Amino acid sequence: MSNRQVAKSAEKKKVFSSGSSHLSVPFRYRDSILRWAPALLFISIFFFYPLTKILGLGVNSSVFLSPESLQIALDSLGFTLYQAVLSMLLTLLVGLPAAYLFARYDFRGKALLRALTAVPFMLPTVVVAAGFNALLGPRGWLNLSLMNLLDLDSPPINILYTLGAILLAHVFYNTTIVIRVVGNALSRLDPRLIEASRLLGADPWRAFWRITFPLLRPAILAAALLVFLFDFTSFGVILLLGGPKFATLEVEIYIQTLQMLNLPVAALLSIIQLLCTLTFSILYSRMLAQTSTQVAQQDSESQLRRSKNKRERIFIFTMITILFALFVLPMLALPLRSVSRLEADRGDRADLQTSLTSDYYNELFINRRGSRFYVPPIEAALNSLEYAGITVALSLLMGFPVASALAKPNRMDRFLDPLLMLPLGASAVTLGLGFIIAFSRPPLNLIASPWLVPLAHTIIALPFVIRSLQPALASIPQRYREAAAMLGASSLRTWFTVDFPIVFRAVLAAATFAFTVSLGEFGATSLLARPESPTIPTAIYRFLSQPGGLNYGQAMAMASILMILTTLSIFLIEKLRLPGRGGW
Amino acid sequence: MLILSNIHKTYEGKPLLKGISLEVGEGETICLLGPSGGGKTTLLRIIAGLENAEDGEVSWNRKDISSVPPHKRNFGLIFQDYALFPHLNVFDNVAFGLKMQKLGRDEIHQRVIKSLQQVDLLGFETRRVTDLSGGEQQRVALARALAPRPHLLLFDEPLGALDRKLREYLLAELRSILQESGVPAIYVTHDQEEAFTLADRVLLLHNGEIVQRGTPAEVYAHPHSGWVAEFLGAGNVVQGKILMDDLVETFFGTVKMPVEERQAEGTLSAPLRVQASVTLLIRPQDVRIGDLSSPLRGTVKDIIFQQDRYKVVLKGGFYFYLSDPVNVGEEIGLKIKMGKIQRLAE
Repeated sequence: MSNRQVAKSAEKKKVFSSGSSHLSVPFRYRDSILRWAPALLFISIFFFYPLTKILGLGVNSSVFLSPESLQIALDSLGFTLYQAVLSMLLTLLVGLPAAYLFARYDFRGKALLRALTAVPFMLPTVVVAAGFNALLGPRGWLNLSLMNLLDLDSPPINILYTLGAILLAHVFYNTTIVIRVVGNALSRLDPRLIEASRLLGADPWRAFWRITFPLLRPAILAAALLVFLFDFTSFGVILLLGGPKFATLEVEIYIQTLQMLNLPVAALLSIIQLLCTLTFSILYSRMLAQTSTQVAQQDSESQLRRSKNKRERIFIFTMITILFALFVLPMLALPLRSVSRLEADRGDRADLQTSLTSDYYNELFINRRGSRFYVPPIEAALNSLEYAGITVALSLLMGFPVASALAKPNRMDRFLDPLLMLPLGASAVTLGLGFIIAFSRPPLNLIASPWLVPLAHTIIALPFVIRSLQPALASIPQRYREAAAMLGASSLRTWFTVDFPIVFRAVLAAATFAFTVSLGEFGATSLLARPESPTIPTAIYRFLSQPGGLNYGQAMAMASILMILTTLSIFLIEKLRLPGRGGW
Repeated sequence: MLILSNIHKTYEGKPLLKGISLEVGEGETICLLGPSGGGKTTLLRIIAGLENAEDGEVSWNRKDISSVPPHKRNFGLIFQDYALFPHLNVFDNVAFGLKMQKLGRDEIHQRVIKSLQQVDLLGFETRRVTDLSGGEQQRVALARALAPRPHLLLFDEPLGALDRKLREYLLAELRSILQESGVPAIYVTHDQEEAFTLADRVLLLHNGEIVQRGTPAEVYAHPHSGWVAEFLGAGNVVQGKILMDDLVETFFGTVKMPVEERQAEGTLSAPLRVQASVTLLIRPQDVRIGDLSSPLRGTVKDIIFQQDRYKVVLKGGFYFYLSDPVNVGEEIGLKIKMGKIQRLAE
């Protein structure tokens, strides 16, 4: 292209763009409106409408603000806060040294250990519960081994169904947040700042309190708040590992809805829950804004080092042991337990039989009880796959246009953006409750429809899909297209060689994300799935809450399958993520 | 004062510092000059106490301080990227060292103001350090290092990140501050201009060893080796072979090597055999254009305009300057001023 031609086309562009700015506002935003419409319509019907129904039910009911209801609300709010604060403190206790370990030291197997600590975050709660059960439960590895070793009649460790189990699982889940957030801040912290303070006369202790700590404080607070938020809204872990007597707001909503059939009280609890999460979320985003401005940028690789002295080696060894025990053992115990028969024969306790078995997996295909409500577990898997498929399709159909609008956002896109993220703040149980209240009678009676569960899953998956598509779509810079064009590619070829590979990877990653979310979703599903069509998580929950070694084994088997599927998905997503593009 | 003796350090199994010895006298500024990655920064960090030498001794006023931690040495260090504390303002950055010395409020205030005055930043006390320009940050870093009245100042390429004009300005300022304060200093750089501006003595560091030391003028006038001459850009370093007596054959002709009156450092006194190879330094200012009958000839490969002169590069890389251009591809004869060729160690 000659210079003159370039100038001409530039001029053309100028005319064109100045022309378009004179267009009326609705026309200017027409593209955006078209892209947002499906998603907005969807969350209006399936998120905001149920929420208003919850609110309406509460306001119109006489029990809503009765002393009994308020007492329940106060009790469960108190316990929710108590366990969340405790969990958060314990998570910091493990997470802060772990963050230091990963940010400052180089050791063998570091990448693997780091990846392993990140896996739990996306693992379904039923899998985590099953994993801890396989390790620490009355039929778990530890108890059976101890019983055999010490010749005991009953399991010596009774951590399951105590507050301890809940706290442990929360630490397991959320330590990775502390490692990521504080670890990132720590590795971006310029080590020269510490050195500078040392040369100015600060001993190591004062250097820490005057330099390191003040610079990390915003990151630590942000991580703590996020961990707190997750612990506050935790549901599956508490129901499965603590049992109904540990009634947090979430568990209480579940109980009031399904067991007490007291929807107004459930509505009251939901509203309290929503207000709390909203407050904490706002606090968290304030905190996050601070972290980015406070910390000096610094090449993080340059400060990794191997241990120098004995004290450092002891620290590294201890931390690796703790992290291994916390993150690897439960996830190892689960699949191993699902293929081992560990029960001693009746009356023959001294001689523990240990043998490999595939019984638990074979049982998954058999309908033992011949009951309508006890469909063979394999059907739960098929249900789950069907729901996940629908969720993937729906969330991609609605998420892709929104993500492409957000890739190059105008003012309206920026305004609408937080709206679609709101479902992240509402708990899944609240969503389930809203669905029950809103869609159990005309005009929209869906309660018997197989669509109800995937619709709820789509609401939960949509923000993740948008957030994982958007950076990839935004990352296709005009420069690449121009470079391809200058190298002689036609616009169609440009799309296929430049856009398509990036878009394809992003869509695949987002689909995997939605798939994983749907597959493991427990909160909303536990309220919405009908007994005759369970999903994998609700089936696991059912098996776990029934007595007998066979039920236990089947729970282990299904949880193992779910764990393997989820872990594969997580690694696939990691692989698909564009290098250098952070987080979701 | 500071004495380093026989400092050794390895990095990832490879020797980085191979027995460095040096001393810094009262009020003296020395510059460690050498290419990047040569271990200069590591040596500075060993002096600061941020790293330990594997062998050798660091002593201050005849006391071994090798195991004294950095916060008890009272040395000031100025980093290349400043390392200002981002959560403190200018005043608190400068006051940091004074607070560590547990001085009184008033004294801290006085001395911070005085330090800021020294670097011409009065009035910047409450500014956030992240809002300052690179040059201002550099001066805050200097004020912060000066405020606690350190026994010794250490500079680690402190001007490396700044543009040329600012660098020249700060260099002049630094020179006067160092002269006024009388604090001995070690300045690490790969830039000979910085080194020559500031240094009382220059130490050239190459492959973990100090290959030459002396005043800037001495080092420039009598580089010990081909490497030093090339690193300083002193002129053309040319390899040749002895033909007979003092005649040397090079790739562009035969030159007459002077018998130097001054046998530098005694290394060149060994008698030369025919066919022995020698390294010569021919400075461009000693080269003139001659006629084609000259024994020295070359083909012009490139000619580069440089404000008041032309740099002529011949095939083979030999260069000199002319006030009028010649044509590329032209063959020209050369003259070299009598007695100006220097012979260098290998």
